[in-house]
Amino acid sequence: MKLWRSIRGTLDAFWITLRTLFRRPATIAWPEKRRAPAERFRARIVLTRDPQGKERCVACYLCSAACPVSCISMQSAEAPDGRRYAAWFRINFARCIFCGLCAEACPTRAIQMTPDYEMCRRDPLSLLYEKEDLLIDGPGKDPHYDFYRHAGIGVAAPRGTLPGERPPEDPGSLLP
Amino acid sequence: MSPALLSALLTTAHVAVLLGAVLTAAAYLVWFERKLLARMQLRLGPNRAGWAGLLQPLADVIKLLCKEDVIPAAADRTVYRLAPALTALSAILAFAVIPLGEPVQLFGLEHQLVISDLSVGALFLLGLSSLSVYGVTLGGFASSSKYALLGALRALAQMISYELPLGLSLAPVFLLAGSLSLSDIVRAQADFPFAVLCPVSFVLFVIGALAEARRTPFDLPEAESELVAGYHTEYSGMRFGLYFVGEYLNMLVLGSMGTVFFWGGWLGPGLPGPLWFALKVGLFCFVFVWVRATLPRLRYDQLMRLNWRWLLPLALINLVLTAAGAWLLRGGV
Repeated sequence: MKLWRSIRGTLDAFWITLRTLFRRPATIAWPEKRRAPAERFRARIVLTRDPQGKERCVACYLCSAACPVSCISMQSAEAPDGRRYAAWFRINFARCIFCGLCAEACPTRAIQMTPDYEMCRRDPLSLLYEKEDLLIDGPGKDPHYDFYRHAGIGVAAPRGTLPGERPPEDPGSLLP
Repeated sequence: MSPALLSALLTTAHVAVLLGAVLTAAAYLVWFERKLLARMQLRLGPNRAGWAGLLQPLADVIKLLCKEDVIPAAADRTVYRLAPALTALSAILAFAVIPLGEPVQLFGLEHQLVISDLSVGALFLLGLSSLSVYGVTLGGFASSSKYALLGALRALAQMISYELPLGLSLAPVFLLAGSLSLSDIVRAQADFPFAVLCPVSFVLFVIGALAEARRTPFDLPEAESELVAGYHTEYSGMRFGLYFVGEYLNMLVLGSMGTVFFWGGWLGPGLPGPLWFALKVGLFCFVFVWVRATLPRLRYDQLMRLNWRWLLPLALINLVLTAAGAWLLRGGV
């Protein structure tokens, strides 16, 4: 009985492979046929703008802290109206693993993932994306979200000038 | 032109055409296998070089010719260089005795569709398949690499063991045909192919052939998952290419052997002989690929047990029974 089962098990496998021969291959022949990735596919990272068309990024460093491969670097700066922004912002896509932790960490919905996955280059240096390469014109996902309207800063008045506010401390100063 | 000169010229042309055809067939067998295997695994297979990847073998050969030929520092250089040639040579030589059809009339001369119709052609084939063990084993030993050595050891044991059931499975065929000449064996199958008369022999032959060709499920000598590439781990460039071609030539040789011994060679209705022959060999190759797509690799002890405990006794019993049957059919005593 055991022998019979073994023989049947072996022959069954032959039938399966023969049947599979006449099925359509599951392969999609890229680049002739391209498959549309899912909406929330995690690929090329962009920096979005708020509904007013201003940069959403406040250079809080949370994305670069969350990044497990440390591929995000930036320098924060502050505009005269108290609004923070990144003086420069750089993502090294040669290093990026597209885990999406940066987009998850972002408090202002500035950094977002897009489904554009075709970013292979021969020269790794060309995968170093600067701020102007990353910035897009639209708000991306969550189009109505505007961090500064909630925070108030830079929208109503410069920092420390509203009633009941003190001017910001200078942390570099030794004076009391 | 004297008949002797014409005959010599014809034979030379025959050899050249056969060599070209066989090597091309081996190259396209690679394509055929990759394509078929891919479809059985729901993939597309090679489809970039030429239409449906038909130029892939050519591209592969060009690539292999351009690759660096590395010889390990500790290798036995002479043997290392010779071994791949031995494998390919023993496979190519086999085609000298394989008959592709009835003699044809060319320029008023009767020309045999076989380069040399040896009276012991079958023995010649078996001898060559023993010789191909050397190419594999010496290559593995000469590389002075542990993976190559292990692969060569496995190949040696496997091929010597499986030669027994392979040879014994052919013995009933020789008994029934009453000859060792391949042309005579084919002509003896005018009524029934021997696969119908002795199916056990046929099954044993196919299993033995798979083991002789070192193909799945008997691909232990090159088991990628364990031994990198087995006996040809250290080979690169066209030397590796020779092993590769030799392997596929071997497939063709064993397919041709199966066709000649069991499926009546060139015999068949309608189509010309050589075409029938090619079709039957193609079918054999399809079965070889099919088996590769289906069965997993055997373990070493399973391989040996299968041979010595099942195949060899079965082959011996089969031989005795066929001999007795043939004796009774011819009137006994």
